[in-house]
Amino acid sequence: MHPFIKHTGIVAPLDRLNVDTDQMVPKQFLKALTREGFGRILFYDWRYLPGEKPNPEFVLNFPRYKGASVLLARANFGCGSSREHAPWAVDDYGFRAIIAPSFADIFYNNCFKNGILPATLPEEQVDELFKRTEAEEGYQLTVDLPNQSISDAHGLNFKFEISDFRKHILLEGLDDIGLTMKHVADIARYESSHNPAPTMYDPVDLKAFPPQ
Amino acid sequence: MYQKIWDAHLVYEAPGEPALLYIDRHLIHEGTSPQAFAGLKAAGRKVRRPDLTFAVMDHSVPTKDRALPIVDQDAAGQFRALEKNCRETGVRLFDMFSRNQGIVHIIGPELGITQPGQTIVCGDSHTSTHGAFGALAFGIGTSEIEHVLATQCLSHFRSKTMHIVVNGKRPRGVSAKDIILAIIGKIGIAGGTGHVVEYSGQAIRGLSMDGRMTVCNMTIEGGARAGMIAPDDTTFAYMEGRPFVPRGKDFQSAVAAWRATTTDPGARFDDSVTLDAAQIAPQVTWGTNPGMVAGVTDRIPDPNAFRDPDQRKATVRALQYMGLQPGTLIVDIPLDRVFIGSCTNSRLDDLRAAARVVAGKHVAKNLKEALVVPGSMLIKAKAEAEGLDRIFRDAGFEWRDAGCSMCIGMNADVLPPHERCASTSNRNFEGRQGKDGRTHLVSPIMAAAAAIAGHFVDIREWNVDASE
Repeated sequence: MHPFIKHTGIVAPLDRLNVDTDQMVPKQFLKALTREGFGRILFYDWRYLPGEKPNPEFVLNFPRYKGASVLLARANFGCGSSREHAPWAVDDYGFRAIIAPSFADIFYNNCFKNGILPATLPEEQVDELFKRTEAEEGYQLTVDLPNQSISDAHGLNFKFEISDFRKHILLEGLDDIGLTMKHVADIARYESSHNPAPTMYDPVDLKAFPPQ
Repeated sequence: MYQKIWDAHLVYEAPGEPALLYIDRHLIHEGTSPQAFAGLKAAGRKVRRPDLTFAVMDHSVPTKDRALPIVDQDAAGQFRALEKNCRETGVRLFDMFSRNQGIVHIIGPELGITQPGQTIVCGDSHTSTHGAFGALAFGIGTSEIEHVLATQCLSHFRSKTMHIVVNGKRPRGVSAKDIILAIIGKIGIAGGTGHVVEYSGQAIRGLSMDGRMTVCNMTIEGGARAGMIAPDDTTFAYMEGRPFVPRGKDFQSAVAAWRATTTDPGARFDDSVTLDAAQIAPQVTWGTNPGMVAGVTDRIPDPNAFRDPDQRKATVRALQYMGLQPGTLIVDIPLDRVFIGSCTNSRLDDLRAAARVVAGKHVAKNLKEALVVPGSMLIKAKAEAEGLDRIFRDAGFEWRDAGCSMCIGMNADVLPPHERCASTSNRNFEGRQGKDGRTHLVSPIMAAAAAIAGHFVDIREWNVDASE
């Protein structure tokens, strides 16, 4: 996983409450076998007209937000389905950080598995960022994880909260499984001491349900 | 209860880090698992406990003509990948032709794979369903699927707890679906974010297991990843004799252990919400998320009634998408299609209740399609043994094979643009059932009655029993 340390980029404002993961990656794209190439279809039904022509009314298609890499969003961003295709698409499109007043749990968690920083700021501060983004073409923000700050070229500087562990994971680009593998002895100990009786775990009716 | 299950599954814990929780049951399906298996293979890792992992094909399976070749090549690729991954790793698979095939959250409980006190995860947000048995069950992403495959553990931060008490008795015609929709309407779709919910109260206790699963299933639509109901005699009676449940003396000792996983009196919760079931009307969603919901006798809301400007904007947008005018009576909304199915409402109780509504009647002329998709092939077989298929078919419904179907529209069961559907599923997001499709979430008896009438009706006036 690529690490996230500090990033400066153009901000794209997505002024909608409760953006769900069905909107980020509609169902017809959930039949892929790999994690790659989802950037093209991010927000597919909003972004494209029939024939995959860009919808000029959708904010990401505005020329001024071309190349945006910081996504500014509203509350409860990423609600709904657990599909990790959503953060894969966000990442592949080129967004490195998402700023919102709140995120849905599963999406928030999935971001950290993909080197995306979901930064939470209070509503008033997010409102201020929306104002500035809409007022100034090419508006950029710097998202600084070590300092837990979001700043612009005009002296704005907001602090955001993040758990030390999640910060560490992003800064180092750590692989969760690798971390857990360090505790493989603990897992084996748990299995030998805590596992309930075999009847709790083994199918009773082996004839009806033969193992493969 | 959350605390007890958490403590019993703790493998490793250190301050400031997520805990390592042992996972008792890992359920997988074709939609979100291929990349996890690929990642595992690329890293040279093995599936640690194939015996605790269960796979099923559900999201993209066709609901008719299964003997024919799969037309959708992408879906076929996912089926082949799941079949191959299971074969190579020794994971038990219920494929499209298994008599036990069905929606993952239906077959887990039905086969007794789901049991009280367990930790259960699946790469699907509606894993919360299994909490109806007093299990800690929630949806995970694909990276986490890979993590669980490799380690049989999940690296997980502790959640806050929310107690939702539903007192009183459900009025006639009000079902489990109406209870959970009313709860989401009250707390909002982000109301449970960061929490695990425990449900209690007379109205919850009075539900069958099928009804309890409906409530826990849609917990995620209120923002909470998991919802739980303490197991009781209703739970144990449901479980006894199911294939993966211990038998005889082992069952008795298992029940004794399960009883101990219930919530202690006076347990403390971070938040609590109380509802009175007697005040709940049959619910119908009018917007583009499950929190945009009203009683069937209400009117479509006026966006100007919302004080918050973001809410007002969201309402305007939702009504525009749904093609609805403020002030319209919900019962005046005509329908194009009806879908009875999904992991929310496709169990035997749901089908029985819907069949009672449609028996001897016929689907309205303005309806283009009325679908019944049982949650599993076993439910389908049981329903057919009771003659429910005949009742539905005689009334003009289509009777299909089990799968996720028009809840997510990954197979051929898609809602066409601008058509309006009364659906017993769980999400009315834009495009959920099909691009530009308009979804109204309702209970099975409300959907059945709407199919007969061609528009929504207040089922309480029809004097039929709700589920159970």
